[in-house]
Amino acid sequence: MSVSIGVEAPDFELPDTDGSTHSPDGDPATVVVFTCNHCPYALAWHDRIMAVARDYGDRGVRVLAINSNDAQRYPRDSYEAMKQRVATERWPLPYLRDESQEVAHAYGAQTTPDVFVLDAQRRLRYRGAPDSGYDDPSQNAAWLRGAIDAVLAGGDPSPAETKPIGCSIKWKG
Amino acid sequence: MRTPDIELLWWAGCPSTDRAQAELEQALGDVGLSNARVRRTEIDTDDEASSRGFLGSPTILVDGVDVASPSPEGDVGLSCRVYRRRDGRISPTPDPDDMREALQRAARAREEDGR
Repeated sequence: MSVSIGVEAPDFELPDTDGSTHSPDGDPATVVVFTCNHCPYALAWHDRIMAVARDYGDRGVRVLAINSNDAQRYPRDSYEAMKQRVATERWPLPYLRDESQEVAHAYGAQTTPDVFVLDAQRRLRYRGAPDSGYDDPSQNAAWLRGAIDAVLAGGDPSPAETKPIGCSIKWKG
Repeated sequence: MRTPDIELLWWAGCPSTDRAQAELEQALGDVGLSNARVRRTEIDTDDEASSRGFLGSPTILVDGVDVASPSPEGDVGLSCRVYRRRDGRISPTPDPDDMREALQRAARAREEDGR
């Protein structure tokens, strides 16, 4: 399954590293980022995504990071490892555990990172990479920021879809 | 310059193989080894990863020696390897300077050994 641009994205409720649950509802814009602890692409884009969460937090934008990887085969993606990382790095956003991988499947997430921007009605407005260069921090998550700006302004992101670049999500089985 | 044995270990779950190959070929050209052949070896099972000590894709071996130091958190298995460039950036491929140095070191060692 995957979600198409303009279509309502699946609801979910997932625990963060403190055990509190989060859902993608009730905000002018929500960014859902599938990510993980050990992928070089996710790590390279990490600071840019954290900066987006900080810069847009007071504008009603919520950023939810989700780790869906199979922790059995990749222990560095375990819930415990997620907790340790958040405690060490002081994240400005919740890091959610998708143990069943149902949310990743429902969104059609493919890689880490894979970014989805939802509007207040939870419709998908942007999907893809944060920007065009994981190795170029000066790009500053331009595609993601542009999409958020468009949603907050009531317009359409352009581009609305880009190719997600990163490590494959580590599926179970 | 003597030509070392060069092997690029890769896993299909990681998209950085072609970039690594291109950067490796550039490094080979930079050190005067552009005629060297790069063997590409796919690692696609946990058993293969274990038997080769595969720290993630891509891994480049020059005369059997990794061009980059394994990171402390590196695990053997099917994953994308995390490199740190000399300027501190995280990267999915080794620093080209590390590749060049490894190639030159191996070529010199072969000359000294008369191989």
